[in-house]
Amino acid sequence: MSTKKTLLSIENLDASIGDKNIIKNLNLTIHYGETHAIMGPNGSGKSTLAKALAGHPDCEITKGSIKYKDIDLLTLPVEERSNEGLFLGFQYPIEIPGLSNSVFLKAAINAKNKHQELKDVSATDFIKELKENADMMGINQSFLSRGVNEGYSGGEKKRNEILQMLMLKPTLSVLDETDSGLDIDSMKIVSKGINSMLGANTSSIVITHYERLLKYIKPDVVHVFHNGTIIKSGDHMLARELEEKGYEWLTNE
Amino acid sequence: MDPENNQVSNPEIDNLIEKNYEYGFTTDIESETIAPGLNEDVIRLISKKKDEPQFLLDWRLKAFRHWSKLKEPEWGHLNIDKINYQNISYFSAPKLENAPKSLDDVDPKLLETYEKLGIPLHERAKLAGVAVDAVFDSVSVATTFKKKLLEAGVIFSSFSEAVKDHPELIKKYLGKVVPYRDNYFAALNAAVFTDGSFVYIPKGVRCPMELSTYFRINEANTGQFERTLIVADEGSHVSYLEGCTAPMRDENQLHAAVVELVALDDAEIKYSTVQNWYPGDEDGKGGIYNFVTKRGDCRGKNSKISWTQIETGSSVTWKYPSCLLRGDNSIGEFYSIALSNHHQQADTGTKMIHLGKNTKSKIISKGISAKKAQNTYRGLVTIAKNADHSRNYTQCDSLLIGDKCGAHTFPSIGVNNSSSILEHEATTSKISDDQLFYCMQRGINEEDAIGLIISGFCKEVLNELPMEFAVEARALLQVNLEGAVG
Ligand SMILES: Nc1ncnc2c1ncn2[C@@H]1O[C@H](COP(=O)(O)OP(=O)(O)OP(=O)(O)O)[C@@H](O)[C@H]1O
Ligand SMILES: [Mg+2]
Repeated sequence: MSTKKTLLSIENLDASIGDKNIIKNLNLTIHYGETHAIMGPNGSGKSTLAKALAGHPDCEITKGSIKYKDIDLLTLPVEERSNEGLFLGFQYPIEIPGLSNSVFLKAAINAKNKHQELKDVSATDFIKELKENADMMGINQSFLSRGVNEGYSGGEKKRNEILQMLMLKPTLSVLDETDSGLDIDSMKIVSKGINSMLGANTSSIVITHYERLLKYIKPDVVHVFHNGTIIKSGDHMLARELEEKGYEWLTNE
Repeated sequence: MDPENNQVSNPEIDNLIEKNYEYGFTTDIESETIAPGLNEDVIRLISKKKDEPQFLLDWRLKAFRHWSKLKEPEWGHLNIDKINYQNISYFSAPKLENAPKSLDDVDPKLLETYEKLGIPLHERAKLAGVAVDAVFDSVSVATTFKKKLLEAGVIFSSFSEAVKDHPELIKKYLGKVVPYRDNYFAALNAAVFTDGSFVYIPKGVRCPMELSTYFRINEANTGQFERTLIVADEGSHVSYLEGCTAPMRDENQLHAAVVELVALDDAEIKYSTVQNWYPGDEDGKGGIYNFVTKRGDCRGKNSKISWTQIETGSSVTWKYPSCLLRGDNSIGEFYSIALSNHHQQADTGTKMIHLGKNTKSKIISKGISAKKAQNTYRGLVTIAKNADHSRNYTQCDSLLIGDKCGAHTFPSIGVNNSSSILEHEATTSKISDDQLFYCMQRGINEEDAIGLIISGFCKEVLNELPMEFAVEARALLQVNLEGAVG
């Protein structure tokens, strides 16, 4: 492991929302090519960590540092973090009525291209790729012209998040409970999408409550989050143990 | 208060008008500009300068006499300075001496805006007011299309030309849809209008192109009192587009246009407007007052008139494009986006008057307000006693950006027929921080994110615009909201 290149390194991080300090002295290092699962009780701060990484304006960093690709991530505005390859799969994807999914995605891809000083994506390339990925995600063509997440079911929203991820090809994807609310087939489809992304040059943080997902996506490390910080890390056996025993044996220690 | 019902005379104005004109009325017929002020002599002079037939002068004078008795409207939701009608010059030829010689002389900021709006290169010079003979492309384009129209038998000309070439058509249709008695500004316009456009589509003809997409840049300087008349004869079809996304400045603060549409049996008129007059500075100073009377007469059975408007400019907008659904089975539509920023005030809406049987109307209004702007939708749907089985669907959506702006809706209905059905839906929403964050997390900057969210909000209306114009209109909404958030 030690020879691997570091993609993300979080050191002594404190983050608060409003007056409430939520992330407390968090340390986490992720190398290129790794998948980390984060589990932990409701309200323990998992989504807050995702927000801190993405730069959500409500989330204030009060201490510590985050380095991403050797950049001080905290100095980057939200959209630049994204254009640098950081993708957040939302626990609760947002609806944008009337704005068609494909127009939205194209704008996102072109923003990224512009950031990398590339030309706008060609209409035909874009549509071809969008169709392929939509097929893989089991998303019907008609969804592509519908408003972003507008009137989508819970599971459809989650699949749409993964579709966006596939199109944007992030370096680090932070997937916040992408598996919750999915039926068994959707779970397989979503896992397939996630796995197709993983490679030597990409990493992901998968936040989940269920060991189920980790059967499809093999994490390199499993972390247990509690009270805003990681209290235990292990391999995927830890996830199984949590599934059986819950969190109490850890949180009461 | 509805200004159109305001017909009481105002002694103050009566006085003003009867008083001998204090600045002296000395301008002679050769001069390019008539001295400010309004009286019967001014109207005679306008008519003479334009070499008009007697019937038109008589009509103007009747309108003027009527106007003189009217009281200036009081504004319900609008906050405007009093207009001194005696300070306005009612005839002036375009001033050319200050025109830039080439694009190099044009304010780079303006060119940047054209760029953002995606306005084609060859149109930019003209729009920026570069002297006409410096522009080549557009002229030849226009000539080609004029030829095509001629072949189809379509008459499309300036109002003045039409008065000369087709006086019988003008006499037959002028003031029939919007009589000069209609309201204060309609009366004023009838008295003093200087030019505008005229369109006649003969029986059974489908106009071979969007009128005025190719001509729009030739239309500058039609003056502050513009008059448009479009007549679609039986079974004909025309799509007309007025205005331009490029920001338009004008020295004249008051604009009071009149548009009349007539659709005979089975005819269809689609009228789209993009209005981007100068809105004034950030404190609201210097913007244009845009008081427009637009009305379509679905006179024939199965006729259809559809209004689409994108209103982003002017400091004050007051307009209610309306449809008179007289023919059985006729259809009226109104699709509107009104965007107001800073201190802009938009008071707009429509009237659908169902008179014929099985008449249908549809109203989709999207109001967007930012900063301290006020946006008002005012609508009236009436269904007459004999308008059996008529239907109206109204949808009014307001979007607020920030918390100092306002949206108001005043729908009113009058139904006198029990077999008719009316539906009304209204929503008010905000651009949420979550939506912005979501877009920005996908790499889209805040300005573009607002543009995308707005275009989603306005989708049903933007879809009504001709394709190439919809793209510009989308950009226009975004440009006009720059700096609206935060
Ligand atoms: N905007 C906010 N204002 C106040 N408190 C907040 C806000 N957002 C989050 N919190 C609080 O921060 C804590 C951590 O929330 P977070 O959403 O990060 O938990 P989580 O681990 O993702 O939980 P879950 O498993 O339920 O998704 C919770 O107590 C929550 O109530
Ligand atoms: Mg969460």
